[in-house]
Amino acid sequence: MTSAQAAPTTHGPGLLERARGSRLLWPLVALVALVLANAVRNPGFVEVRLQDGHLYGSLVDILKNGAPTLLIALGMTLVIATRGIDLSVGAVAAISGAVACTTILGSADPTSPAAALKGIALALVLCLVLGLWNGFLVALLGIQPIIATLVLMTAGRGIAMLVTDGQIITVRNDFFAEIGAGFLLFPISILIALAALAAVALVTRRTALGLLIESVGINPEASRLAGLRSRTIIWTVYVFAALCAGVAGLMISSNVSAADANNAGLWIEMDAILAVVIGGSSLAGGKYSLSGTLVGALIIQTLTTTVYSMGIAPEVTLVFKAVVVIAVCLLQAPKVRERFTRRRRPPATAETTPPTRPRASDATFGTEPVAHDATAPKQKVAQS
Amino acid sequence: MTDTSSTTVAPAGRPGVSGDPVVAMQAITMEFPGVRALEDVDFRLFPGEVHALMGENGAGKSTLIKVLTGVYTATAGTTELRGERIAFSGPAEAQASGVSTVYQEVNLCPNLSVAENILLGREPRRLGSIDMGATRSRAAELLRRMGLDIDPGSILAEHPIAIQQLVAIARAVAVDAQVLILDEPTSSLDQDEVAELFRIMRHLRDEGVAILFVSHFLEQVYEIADRMTVLRNGRLVGEHLTRDLTRLQLVSAMIGRELGVLEEVERLAADAADAAEVTGGGDRAPLLEATGLGRRGSIAPFDLRIAAGEVVGLAGLLGSGRTELARLLFGADRADSGEVRVDGRVVSLRTPRSAIASGIAFCSEDRKGEGILADLSIRDNLVLAMQAARGWARPIPRRTKDELVEKWMTALDIRPKNPDALVGKLSGGNQQKVLLARWLVTRPRLLILDEPTRGIDIGAKAQIQKLVAELAAEGMAVVYISAELEEVARLAHRVVVLKDRAKVAELDGSASVDEIMALIATADGDVRTEQVAS
Ligand SMILES: Nc1ncnc2c1ncn2[C@@H]1O[C@H](COP(=O)(O)OP(=O)(O)OP(=O)(O)O)[C@@H](O)[C@H]1O
Ligand SMILES: [Mg+2]
Repeated sequence: MTSAQAAPTTHGPGLLERARGSRLLWPLVALVALVLANAVRNPGFVEVRLQDGHLYGSLVDILKNGAPTLLIALGMTLVIATRGIDLSVGAVAAISGAVACTTILGSADPTSPAAALKGIALALVLCLVLGLWNGFLVALLGIQPIIATLVLMTAGRGIAMLVTDGQIITVRNDFFAEIGAGFLLFPISILIALAALAAVALVTRRTALGLLIESVGINPEASRLAGLRSRTIIWTVYVFAALCAGVAGLMISSNVSAADANNAGLWIEMDAILAVVIGGSSLAGGKYSLSGTLVGALIIQTLTTTVYSMGIAPEVTLVFKAVVVIAVCLLQAPKVRERFTRRRRPPATAETTPPTRPRASDATFGTEPVAHDATAPKQKVAQS
Repeated sequence: MTDTSSTTVAPAGRPGVSGDPVVAMQAITMEFPGVRALEDVDFRLFPGEVHALMGENGAGKSTLIKVLTGVYTATAGTTELRGERIAFSGPAEAQASGVSTVYQEVNLCPNLSVAENILLGREPRRLGSIDMGATRSRAAELLRRMGLDIDPGSILAEHPIAIQQLVAIARAVAVDAQVLILDEPTSSLDQDEVAELFRIMRHLRDEGVAILFVSHFLEQVYEIADRMTVLRNGRLVGEHLTRDLTRLQLVSAMIGRELGVLEEVERLAADAADAAEVTGGGDRAPLLEATGLGRRGSIAPFDLRIAAGEVVGLAGLLGSGRTELARLLFGADRADSGEVRVDGRVVSLRTPRSAIASGIAFCSEDRKGEGILADLSIRDNLVLAMQAARGWARPIPRRTKDELVEKWMTALDIRPKNPDALVGKLSGGNQQKVLLARWLVTRPRLLILDEPTRGIDIGAKAQIQKLVAELAAEGMAVVYISAELEEVARLAHRVVVLKDRAKVAELDGSASVDEIMALIATADGDVRTEQVAS
């Protein structure tokens, strides 16, 4: 229109800049470092053997045991993207396992695949209802997500106890055991989790769902005025998160062929939230990263395994996790990142600083510039 | 006219302005990833002057201000305050050093009270805790000084954006600052508030405060500014005494073309007025008809008919109910009385979504809070409403999207012309254009524009007005809200006058600004919907 001029000078960021800017860089570095540290301590750590069509090894164990966390973190990613949080996933996982196991035990033939299918179906339907409940509280009643899901977080374990009658329910069902303990070359559990991740990635990218979810998370009111069905979207992500938790609960109980209302999925919501945050998605909602969540979940599980294999008391795991999480989060913090990038920028040196008077009326060429004023606070003069 | 590119004048501007500058910035360069927003810019501000920082949208005005107040750290260059080298760590430190700023995007705490916002961080204390009573009475006094009659105990978010802007100004004025920076403080204010603000600014200036002022309204700049600095594409064009520079010279300095720019702007405006003349609803069947539509505490029941191709202007003072009326038509707020017909059929406008389905679009005046999605790209922001209407399962094909984005970024001259740029990083005026484009993309049948040219530079403003007139000529109905009565009078076929949250009159398009003003000033709030136009 009015301008003959081009827009302000633009220059594309270099590859190095981009790599440093990528949110996935530090999580990946952390993951590789963790694996390497383990390998140095114990070379067997990175060994993978093929035996009877199964893969064996510590890395395979990490994948297998990390599957429930990954799956729950997947649901959590979408919830967090809408500015929410779901604290109830651990309890939902426990309920899911409890329902599946009691159903299997109560059926005519507790070893049959039919019994397993019935248990799985019933568990997932219940999880769907629980997700609807969470979504109802958050999307429709407008209760803060942390409070709304706290309800089910505390009540959920009680429900699981009611279902199992306070007992640890043990089942012997080969079909059911496959979900958490089975192998198809790779552990079936991680295959399920990765398939879910791929499906979500595909759906959010191929359709407009990803854009709409991010939009709701960034600014709910602006999204509403743009005609988005904000409530439906929010509701849907809570249902999805509960379903993920349900499947994760099935994996956990299937792996040990038992339902433990008290301990199944205990603190897994924290691991999932950490995985999401480490992966670079902001708790403030909006932009999220599924690949980041994958890396984050693997970091969490690798840490847990590392601590176990080092023979450190499990209680210390938590402290250990905290340290790594703080490190990764610090590296992602805008202020710290800025420090990193800033150091590379051409600093304001004395040469680029002109004399103190405007140039046009400049009769004082050669005057000592004031750039060396050491008293100036937080000055960005060249230090190198 | 060659002097438009001269770089400096003697430091002494207005009589009384003399001595050393209080702020001196030298060779400031500011680079963001991929964008050089400022390059080698010098800037000086003297005590006791009002200094206008001029330039097109995206010229770098707000960036220069943010470098000064420490929001950004300059890539190169130095800043001196009272002769001392400084580099503030942030606005808080700047404020503590006597540099008080109202940023372009109001950044107050919406969930706190007006009084708390004004005095946040320096509340009167008693026995170590905040003295709420004293806070309120002190805030009330400051509000009175601004000529603002609102309850200091009310929550800020309940007030329209213009009031929030005034509260931000009151907050900035409340400190004894030596430097007061106002980045587009008048963009959503009415004449009276502007006059009040200018009175305060003159008072402060006479006390020796240095004031930096940004505005796209040339009349305001010529009324209040002693000197001005012109930026173009991040570079310094010149520093001038206001009285030395004609408007024509100023505009060509800003835009970088010598001749005919103002004429072009005026021609565009005339075109717009002509186009407005040609069409007009006339006796056509109404596209939308509201009867007795109202919402308690928001706007009294009103009747309104809008035909296809008609531009209906809404005029009224701050708080007269302009925005409230628009929000009811769009379903952003739910009406508790009356009904709306579209094409003669009753429709229920319970949500924006249902209004959009009826072909209605609404461009909010609060672009930060209700408009843009700062963390999304220009492309995503542009197609958002269209995508929402299609539903999540039917993504807009990549090619269609690219064509639309290309078309509208060119039509509205959105800069930088990079569809992947995050909207939050654009200059204020360019964000406004993105918001406007989002709705134009959807080709609505009725477009409700609430302050669509807020923060937009004069060239682009004329362009947008022309666009609105053309769209109306093609059959789009438009509801046009603007604090600038000239704009309303020029574009509208009919003007609806509001006062005290009620519709009080309706004028036909030939009404002059003075007539509208007279009605706004005198109309009795109890008079209902009297058809002045036949
Ligand atoms: N944080 C940022 N990151 C990247 N680019 C930025 C950032 N802030 C500003 N810019 C770019 O710098 C340029 C100058 O922007 P600035 O906000 O200073 O313009 P302005 O003169 O205030 O315009 P307006 O009149 O529209 O408010 C624009 O091209 C803008 O896109
Ligand atoms: Mg600006």
